[in-house]
Amino acid sequence: MVKWSDFERAAIQDIFSKINYDVVGCAALSRCLIVYPWTQRYFGGFGNLYNAAAITSNPKVAAHGKVIMAGLEKAVKNMDDIKTTYKDLSVLHSEKLQVDPDNFNLLADCLTIVVAGQMGAAFTPEVHGAFQKFLAVVVASLRKQYH
Amino acid sequence: MNLTAKDKNTVRTFWAKISTNAEDIGTDFCLKIKSFFPPFFRMLVVYPQTKTYFSHWKDPSPSSAPVKKHGATVMAGVADAVAKIDDLRAGLLSLSELHAFTLRVDPANFKVLSHNILVVLAISFPNDFTPEVHVAMDKFLSAVDLCNYS
Repeated sequence: MVKWSDFERAAIQDIFSKINYDVVGCAALSRCLIVYPWTQRYFGGFGNLYNAAAITSNPKVAAHGKVIMAGLEKAVKNMDDIKTTYKDLSVLHSEKLQVDPDNFNLLADCLTIVVAGQMGAAFTPEVHGAFQKFLAVVVASLRKQYH
Repeated sequence: MNLTAKDKNTVRTFWAKISTNAEDIGTDFCLKIKSFFPPFFRMLVVYPQTKTYFSHWKDPSPSSAPVKKHGATVMAGVADAVAKIDDLRAGLLSLSELHAFTLRVDPANFKVLSHNILVVLAISFPNDFTPEVHVAMDKFLSAVDLCNYS
């Protein structure tokens, strides 16, 4: 079981209360598709992903960004057992979507960069560390059902 | 990994925009972003395994002299790489030998530092650090990392 310090719990709740879900989800997924273009392989049905402008204005990318944020919110609300909370999501990503789990770290890095941009100076190294730990637990939970 | 002409131009333009003094880019950059904690110190906090390379420093806090000095050294190195972007391998040869043969840094850590540099850029220049600039900087830093361990 993951142990969270009081600071870490507070920092995670604070981040998620402050960020704009509509903006962050879309921006993070867009950056992932732009900066790590091989991730586009999982989104064949999304239409025009030919360049950065097309990706950032693609409505399916925006919609999927919201889906991702909704998933992260589940983890924020169940910080003491993310592993169980994400069991079905992990099975979905491994068996149905067949996503290479190394890609989860790429999206996590893009999320960190977008959140950093939104929060500015409030994203101190200590808050960054807490967010990094949270994302590491999320990624590990998503990897759990890969066999 | 090859940097296209467009990537190099994007990096050069962005770097020129965020540095006010072309001759003193490294230090100036650090001064500008000092309130947002230089990337080097951020890396020591968020990825504590990187502290193992600096066990000879008694005080790893952000205000300590060695951390500040080394942060400036690292960013000056990045600034130098921007200037030598057309031939990174030749330009960074001595740094490469230092990291590979003397310091013996595990290559995974270069990626970690690059990520922290990108986070600080996102915090310090939220409007200029667009997705297009992000991808060019990511490719550039990856190329610099590759030079440092091979």
